[in-house]
Amino acid sequence: MYDAPASELKVTQKETKIAANKVQVFYGDTHAIKDVDVQIEDKTVTAFIGPSGCGKSTFLRCLNRMNDTIDICRVQGQILLDGEDIYDPKVDPVQLRAKVGMVFQKPNPFPKSIYDNIAYGPRIHGLAKNKADLDDIVEKSLRRGAIWNEVKDRLHSPGTGLSGGQQQRLCIARAVATEPEVLLMDEPCSALDPIATGQVEELIDELRENYSVVIVTHSMQQAARVSQKTAFFHLGSLVEYGETGQIFTNPVDPRTESYITGRIG
Amino acid sequence: MTDATTTPGAAAPKSSLLQLDDRVRRRNAAERRFKAYGIAAVSIGLVFLALLLFAIIRNGVPAYTQTFLTVPIELQADKLDKNGNRDLEEIQKVSTFGYKPLIIDGMEAALAGQGIASPFEKAKDLEKMVSASAPAQIRDFVLANPDRIGETVEFRLLASSRVDGYLKGRVAREDLARDKNLDAEHLDVADAMRDAGILERTFNWAFIFGADASESRPEQAGIGVSMIGSFFMMLVVLGLALPIGVAASIYLEEFAPKNRWTDLIEVNISNLAAVPSIVFGILGLAVFIQFAHLPQSAPLVGGLVLTLMTLPTIIISTRASLKAVPPSIRDAALGVGASKMQSVFHHVLPLAMPGILTGTIIGLAQALGETAPLLLIGMVGYIASNYPDGIASGFLDPNSAMPAQIYEWAKRADPAYYERAWGGIIILLLFLMTMNIIAIILRRRFERRW
Repeated sequence: MYDAPASELKVTQKETKIAANKVQVFYGDTHAIKDVDVQIEDKTVTAFIGPSGCGKSTFLRCLNRMNDTIDICRVQGQILLDGEDIYDPKVDPVQLRAKVGMVFQKPNPFPKSIYDNIAYGPRIHGLAKNKADLDDIVEKSLRRGAIWNEVKDRLHSPGTGLSGGQQQRLCIARAVATEPEVLLMDEPCSALDPIATGQVEELIDELRENYSVVIVTHSMQQAARVSQKTAFFHLGSLVEYGETGQIFTNPVDPRTESYITGRIG
Repeated sequence: MTDATTTPGAAAPKSSLLQLDDRVRRRNAAERRFKAYGIAAVSIGLVFLALLLFAIIRNGVPAYTQTFLTVPIELQADKLDKNGNRDLEEIQKVSTFGYKPLIIDGMEAALAGQGIASPFEKAKDLEKMVSASAPAQIRDFVLANPDRIGETVEFRLLASSRVDGYLKGRVAREDLARDKNLDAEHLDVADAMRDAGILERTFNWAFIFGADASESRPEQAGIGVSMIGSFFMMLVVLGLALPIGVAASIYLEEFAPKNRWTDLIEVNISNLAAVPSIVFGILGLAVFIQFAHLPQSAPLVGGLVLTLMTLPTIIISTRASLKAVPPSIRDAALGVGASKMQSVFHHVLPLAMPGILTGTIIGLAQALGETAPLLLIGMVGYIASNYPDGIASGFLDPNSAMPAQIYEWAKRADPAYYERAWGGIIILLLFLMTMNIIAIILRRRFERRW
């Protein structure tokens, strides 16, 4: 359904949401990300592809400063969200992460009820004035997560009791509940079967209406299906970045071509 | 045999699967040997446990029954209240010594009433059958009810520990040959009194709820007061060790930067857990008593010392259970914009709770059974003969603690105290078992919530 030829996907020029300039990331002495420049557009799905260990997840985690939790990790360069440097000392990463939500590789619902999973973010950010508000947010988020119909009758049963695919959609619903402007997804489908993957991809496409979505994926078909822009990372460098159709049909860099055709990776 | 059933056309196997080769046989033998060692090790452990429980129950259960004499005693007015005006102050002047003749007279009368002939030339010898606590018991009664002077009142008096031991089988006739406390004739009288129903062994609540007694009155000693001492110590330990320990572990595990200092602290906490408890005792003596001038033998000081001892246990187990919480939960919380503290208190801590509680209760149980540090702050050797008057005195007045009380009894020469030491161990073990069961229940309850 979504694997229409990439060349047919309509891409219009949109505003830049996130701009990275000369980003370097070090893990101790390891230089994990080298000189990455990238402009991520609003209301667009951007896919990061590349072989394992190429730094795409690391770079993704720089975008909402999740790397701050790793002691030995240092980030240099500039990442601008709507023109504001997110690594400015005045920026509180907590506020940033409310704007830049994240979905992880492994579904990681809180060991609480489905309702509380969704309600947690709005609660700590004070998005709901009362219980009815909160109920609305929960329902809206679960609907956006395309999981409402499956869980509406058991909102108070534990989120960990859902199947893997449902858990991942719950996590996506949880991420959108705080009304972020950017949604980062780190291999969201790697633990899912093809049916659940299809549902999540469908969801990503819908989310594009409102958000800028950045997705890291190992599946090139997935990148081709869901994204409008694709960035290819190799050995910590951004090798090529462009329209998904162009990357997959007519890559400029020979390394991109070898990866896409399965020769490196 | 197998050849007969071989399907025609099938290739002959290079080596038959039906025959084990040497390597596999040796490997299987090694595995069987290992299993046998394991079973042997577990069995040895179980045998020792069974022996221990058997010994504790056999030696300790007699402490829960006690022999009592039922004796009607005439509260002779001419001896207790010479002037006859029932003035409490005058009655108080009669010491316990003055009550002894009343008991002897009462005993004689009781024996005569049952038709038991006294074998003694001197009636005074009968006194040895009754506990040395009896005069005080009667005096207390008289002081509380001065209006009953002149009446004959029936008293249940504790039998002396030798008579009690005879009924429990601890004291045999042969043993009495060189015993100046009791003669074989006393045992004849005891037999006769038991047959007459005025000497009987009943359950001894006073052992569980009573106070300790001096060395010469083992039949009167109980563990109740030192239980209260232990209780107040545990309050101190719980009140200090739990918050300090949990706060320290959360900080070290979740917030502290990982550098040389925190590494040093971590190593030292692990080492502290292995420091002999008597070292904590001498530290407590030096710091809390000699330097801070806190009262000696007080449960407050005992609790402080045990807190020092318990902290490393609580910190280590709390850190372990915090570590066991999957990092994905922290990521999830941070990912929706929770602060570090929110992610710890809303998500990590509830998940780590069962582990923290288990660690705390096990630390408390360890502290409850600890004797060595109490030696040095004076909780051993103190005769816990009075209940504290209130909460404050519960913390500050000298008291003993259960393990210290047990040690104290085991140290005393009288075999009747030996029996009480075992009896005390039963109570201590029951407390420890209860705490462990609570730990298990809490763990289950909290785990089920998730």
